[in-house]
Order: sequence, then C-alpha cells, then structure tokens
Amino acid sequence: MTQEELNNLTVNKSVDARGTACPGPLLEAKKAIGTIGSGDIMEILSADEGTKRDIPKWANKKGHEYLGTVEESGFFKIYLKKG
Amino acid sequence: MENIEKQIKELQEKVSLLEKGTKDQLSIVVFSGELDKLLAALIIATGATAMDMKVKLFFTFWASAALRDKKKKVTGKDFMSKMFGIMLPKGSSKVKLSKMNMGGMGTSMMKNLMKKKNVASLEEMITTAGELGVEINVCEMSMDLMGIKKEELIDYPNLNICGVATFLVDAEESKIQLFI
Repeated sequence: MTQEELNNLTVNKSVDARGTACPGPLLEAKKAIGTIGSGDIMEILSADEGTKRDIPKWANKKGHEYLGTVEESGFFKIYLKKG
Repeated sequence: MENIEKQIKELQEKVSLLEKGTKDQLSIVVFSGELDKLLAALIIATGATAMDMKVKLFFTFWASAALRDKKKKVTGKDFMSKMFGIMLPKGSSKVKLSKMNMGGMGTSMMKNLMKKKNVASLEEMITTAGELGVEINVCEMSMDLMGIKKEELIDYPNLNICGVATFLVDAEESKIQLFI
C-alpha cells in the first residue's frame, strides 16, 4: 500500500505504544488484536525503531496481514489487517 | 488404492507423534542473577507470549535470589543460610549489572537510563510475565544450597518448586530452549 492509502485507511483500533520500549509495543499489539474482528484494521504507534521490523514478523507468524508503515517525526504508524 | 490409504494412515500417525513431540513452547534456564541477563530472559519470555507460545522459566542458582521478596522475612535459618541471605541480593530490585557495575553506580545509572528510555524495570517485567501466564519453576536444590525458603519468594501466580526432571521434560517438549 502507498503512504497515501495507508493514511486514508479507516482504522478500527489504534494502539499508542509510544510510551514503551521492546517488548512493550509487541505486547500491546497482541493484547489489542484480541479485541477486534477478522478483517479489521489496526494501527500501532511506536517510537521504537525495532517495532518496525518486529510487528510484520509477528503478524506473518500469527496470520495477520501487514499493510505498511508510515513514518512520522519521531515515531511510526504500523498498519495491520487482522487475519 | 488400498495401499495409498494405508500409507496415508501411517503418515497421519507419524505426524500426530511429531506434533506431540514439540509444542509451541519456550523453555529458558535462568541461571544468572544479574540485572542485564535477567532482563534478557524476561524480555524473551514475555515476547514469546505475544507469539502465543507457552513459556516456562527454570530459575536456578544465582537467579533464584532474584525471586526473593524484599518485604518477606523468614526465621529459623541456620548460620550458613543467614550468611548467604545477607550476601545475596534480596529480590529483583537489588540485582546488579554483570558488567560496569562500578560499586553500584553503573547499575543505578542503567536503571535511570532505562526509565528515561521507557524500558520496563525488572520488577515490572516479572509482574507482566505473571499476568501473561509465564510459568516460573524454581530449582529446589539451588534454594536449599543458598538457604532460600519458599516463604520468602515473591507472590507470583504460577510459581512452582521443582527439580531438573521438570526442566528436562519441559525442554524436550519445547521448540526453543535457552540458557541464560
């Protein structure tokens, strides 16, 4: 997905994990994904550079679709579609 | 045709045996009693729960002292146990770095840095691990050697005292086994 498409997504759940370092964002993502339905879009905000690689890997293992990452100043917005 | 059916049946039996052999499980021997190494163990353990893995930590030797509760007092220890009790860190908030401790200065600097960088403290990590269902097994022999009593261990939802056989059986069933 392009950056523009990602920015225009309708997000069902947004998780702000900017206040935590590894493994905080991953644990918060895992907790939050349980609250949404299959096909829903989740957004994870993280200031932790490692999360950018971690979340796609985790999503792949758990059968969720990684849609892409948008870089903001000082943090990232990572988009997933629940499988 | 009959032959193929027979082969499929045999394969199914083999696969079910394989599935039983390895669970989606992580076993870690937590041996070291230093802040950095304990943190590593706890980060891997809690991270694995996000992968829906079952996690079993086997605390032994120096690591067992990190499970002491600083608020709990026990009586009736013999001389050696008392000495060990004084010399070993009383709980996870008292453990030191394995390198650059510099008489405690390094450790407190690291703790400040961790707070600044939003890294959870070891105490917080242990609480989180408990909430996420991480199982802690403590080696009975280590506790006995170091004079650590069950009554002085932290209140943790899933903590058991065990021996090496528990670790071996758990490790055998695990996809990942680590020693820290």
